[in-house]
Amino acid sequence: MTETILATYGITKSFGALKASNDISIDLRPGEIHAIIGPNGAGKSTLIGQICGSLAPDAGRVELMGQDVTTLSTDQRARAGLGRTFQISALAMEDTVLENATLGAMGASGRPWRFWSAALGDRSLRARAEAALERVGLADHKTKRCADLSHGQRRQLEVAVALTLEPKAFVMDEPMAGLGAEGSKNLTGFLDSLRQEAPILLVEHDMDAVFALADRISVLVYGEVIATGSVDQIRSDPRVREAYLGESA
Amino acid sequence: MSRETLFNAALLLGLIAVPAWAVMTDEPFTITLATRAVILALAAAGLNIALGIGGLVSLGHAVFFGIGGYAMGILAHHAQSYTPLMEWPFLIEGTKFMPLIWLLAIVVSALVALVIGILSLRTTGAYFIMITLAFGQMFYYFAISWSTYGGEDGMSIYVRNDFPGLNTLAPIQFYGLCLAILVVVLVFSARLRRSPFGLALNAARQVPARVEAVGMDPMRLKLVAFVISGVITGLAGALFADLNRFVSPTMFSWQFSGEIMILVILGGVGRLFGPVAGAVTFVALEHFLGGITEFWHIFLGLILLAVVLFARGGITGLVAGKEATHD
Ligand SMILES: Nc1ncnc2c1ncn2[C@@H]1O[C@H](COP(=O)(O)OP(=O)(O)OP(=O)(O)O)[C@@H](O)[C@H]1O
Ligand SMILES: [Mg+2]
Repeated sequence: MTETILATYGITKSFGALKASNDISIDLRPGEIHAIIGPNGAGKSTLIGQICGSLAPDAGRVELMGQDVTTLSTDQRARAGLGRTFQISALAMEDTVLENATLGAMGASGRPWRFWSAALGDRSLRARAEAALERVGLADHKTKRCADLSHGQRRQLEVAVALTLEPKAFVMDEPMAGLGAEGSKNLTGFLDSLRQEAPILLVEHDMDAVFALADRISVLVYGEVIATGSVDQIRSDPRVREAYLGESA
Repeated sequence: MSRETLFNAALLLGLIAVPAWAVMTDEPFTITLATRAVILALAAAGLNIALGIGGLVSLGHAVFFGIGGYAMGILAHHAQSYTPLMEWPFLIEGTKFMPLIWLLAIVVSALVALVIGILSLRTTGAYFIMITLAFGQMFYYFAISWSTYGGEDGMSIYVRNDFPGLNTLAPIQFYGLCLAILVVVLVFSARLRRSPFGLALNAARQVPARVEAVGMDPMRLKLVAFVISGVITGLAGALFADLNRFVSPTMFSWQFSGEIMILVILGGVGRLFGPVAGAVTFVALEHFLGGITEFWHIFLGLILLAVVLFARGGITGLVAGKEATHD
């Protein structure tokens, strides 16, 4: 077993004059939740995009399970074991909850190249999709159209789709966004247990959740990681307090 | 049973009852009209897979229709003139055997769709429309300049091609053959929409980022959809040529591409029987309004405008409402 599941080495990305990622090297170890925090526009989603393959870095490298995946496409990285959730829900709105979850199960189990049998009639796909929905608490909403879900339910479905992949590592971009106190608390509890299955790289603004969950925290400011450490280390780091926690802590 | 299922059943029943009635009252022209509607529905059912499920706004589907037409025209031309298609490196003769003609139409359509798809799927939106349109024009002008096969004038085939066990010259028998093919394609479409591929393609149209994130390549899904789509429209082209016993470059024209798209939009984009509803309406308008005024296209345009503005689901949506979710 490799010591790091997921790692970046010197990831750098500019949008014109703006350095959205500046020499970022972080890693994710088995069983941990590594939180990435930072103010709006710090470059958190940009980093995630480069880890998952939707953005190409100008320089640097991404490794998954010790393998260089920098040149792999997004779908190849997903098959290699990256389970991503989006900051803004990316779901097939016209489709049902079960169909969205089945989509994940299909991608994970290999090929969509079957043209005749019904996707929802496939027992193993369905079992996998339903198990994931059950775990996030959407079992009773299977036949609802995604468009008819509440915001919170869509966030749950985002997580469920990632679960169907049974990934080696989760990469979650603000899963709590807009959930409300109750929802955040539930999801926090859920993620807490999830780290046993696969470590989580967690971008999150909800500080209560971050402090409750994170084994390690990295602080991203203006595209740069200014500190990485345990919750206590980060809370007491003067640079972090100044740059980021200053106004809230 | 949902309203849409009832509507579809009614359409299908009409496609059986009207020609049956025409046989009894000895109105072969009605059968010809119905055959035209069925073949156009088939062409549109092809586009409906690319456009309706995959969201690919192809304004070049006449390419496949024309390929089907010329597959029929070229093979039948050589058969009726007793000249081989080629002698070297091996001998290929023409044929009047429909299944062989269809096979050629399907294979060539698939290959061309693959190439056009690979080149045009890099783009999206208006660029995709323009590139598919450009390919259509390329084929159109090529056909015009292809003097071996009639150039601008096209080719006439004197006798309809053969299908084992049928007298294809009897209008109702040829109609039955076309209807059977349409039904097979519709059954396939219905299965496809619920298959893993259909589910993934449908999602690739809505949120490509999601499809990628679960390990599938949206581009490849769309490419396969484009090929399937082209093959079906190509097959329709071969039948259309056989119906008219005539092929010409107009089968490749962008107007024809537009017409196929109008059928789909009129009937209801992405609805299983949308192409059928669209084609039946189109042929009926063409026949009845066309009999009254030669400017019937204006009325077609107005109806189309109304559909686009007020009835997003086309005729099917108007009659049957929103599409039901699958369990
Ligand atoms: N495609 C792009 N083109 C140009 N600039 C971009 C692009 N994507 C992001 N940016 C810029 O890069 C910076 C980092 O954006 P990013 O979305 O990564 O921030 P973030 O840390 O995720 O912020 P938030 O907390 O609001 O989600 C921002 O200034 C943003 O405007
Ligand atoms: Mg962000």
